[in-house]
Amino acid sequence: MRRWLPIVLLLLLPLGVQAAVEVLDFKTPEAEASYNKLIKELRCLVCQNQDLADSNADLAKDLRHKTYLMINEGKSEQEILEYMVDRYGEFVLYRPRLELTTVLLWFGPFLLLVLGVFLVLRTIRRRRGAATATALSDEERVRMERLLAADGDEKNS
Amino acid sequence: MNRFLIPLVIFVVLVVFLAVGLNRDPKLVPSPLIDKPAPEFSLPRLHHPEQRIGKQDMLGKVWILNVWASWCVSCRAEHQVVKRLAATGAVEIVGLDYKDQRADALRWLETLGNPYTATAVDGKGDVGIDFGVYGVPESFLIDKQGVIRYKQIGPLTDQAVAEKVLPLVKKLQAEG
Repeated sequence: MRRWLPIVLLLLLPLGVQAAVEVLDFKTPEAEASYNKLIKELRCLVCQNQDLADSNADLAKDLRHKTYLMINEGKSEQEILEYMVDRYGEFVLYRPRLELTTVLLWFGPFLLLVLGVFLVLRTIRRRRGAATATALSDEERVRMERLLAADGDEKNS
Repeated sequence: MNRFLIPLVIFVVLVVFLAVGLNRDPKLVPSPLIDKPAPEFSLPRLHHPEQRIGKQDMLGKVWILNVWASWCVSCRAEHQVVKRLAATGAVEIVGLDYKDQRADALRWLETLGNPYTATAVDGKGDVGIDFGVYGVPESFLIDKQGVIRYKQIGPLTDQAVAEKVLPLVKKLQAEG
């Protein structure tokens, strides 16, 4: 018995360790889905490159809690996003809204793609044009043959 | 000639954009609350918990809401600036003690001095969220109509006070 006691105690040790997972009660599975979606859409302002779901900063915890409360109050996702933007600005949104000031942000890459395709096509066309350049005139052909012949002679000698 | 000019222009534009981008502080998130009415709040006071202080109490005055906490290291340095600003008598300063322990906050003010007209206790940080506070310290300059006119993100400095806060205070005091 003596021998087993330390082992039993050691086996009990993990019971004291708990992972810090936030356990939240939602009224409906949809509400939970909204919550999980929102905390991935919202930026933690302290750490900036993490969303609320990822961050352990105090402010992120508070904002997660606020999101949770608002969802349980029956607020829509749109209302919650609105609430956050009113207080923290557009920067809280990971996906910027489509507005006049963000048009370039949204469509800039496509613009660059189109520009790139255009440039590539133009270059290809130009090169092809160069390759199928005008055929040699009779005079040029004669000169070419003479040059090639001279070249051949040099190698042979 | 033209062949080199276009890439050169693109390169220069890119360098300018990157240089400007690099020199901007990404921690400074512009507040959407500038020129908007300050959020309503009413909180217990630190020294007189039975009394409350809120936006309504300050209407008709130009005032500063200075968000601080005893656990905030840069608030300690900022506090000297806040004291100097309060000493000028130009503007009333209300403290917002953000997510703090009462005893710690009281001791902090006792040690460092208390420049505040009143200190509101925001234990859970709810009012902080309403004001879009994302780091302490932050300060809001609010006009007589209760509209936020300026926000200092991070500690107030003597330079910011002299160049931005005091001139704006003077202007706002002159307004109706």
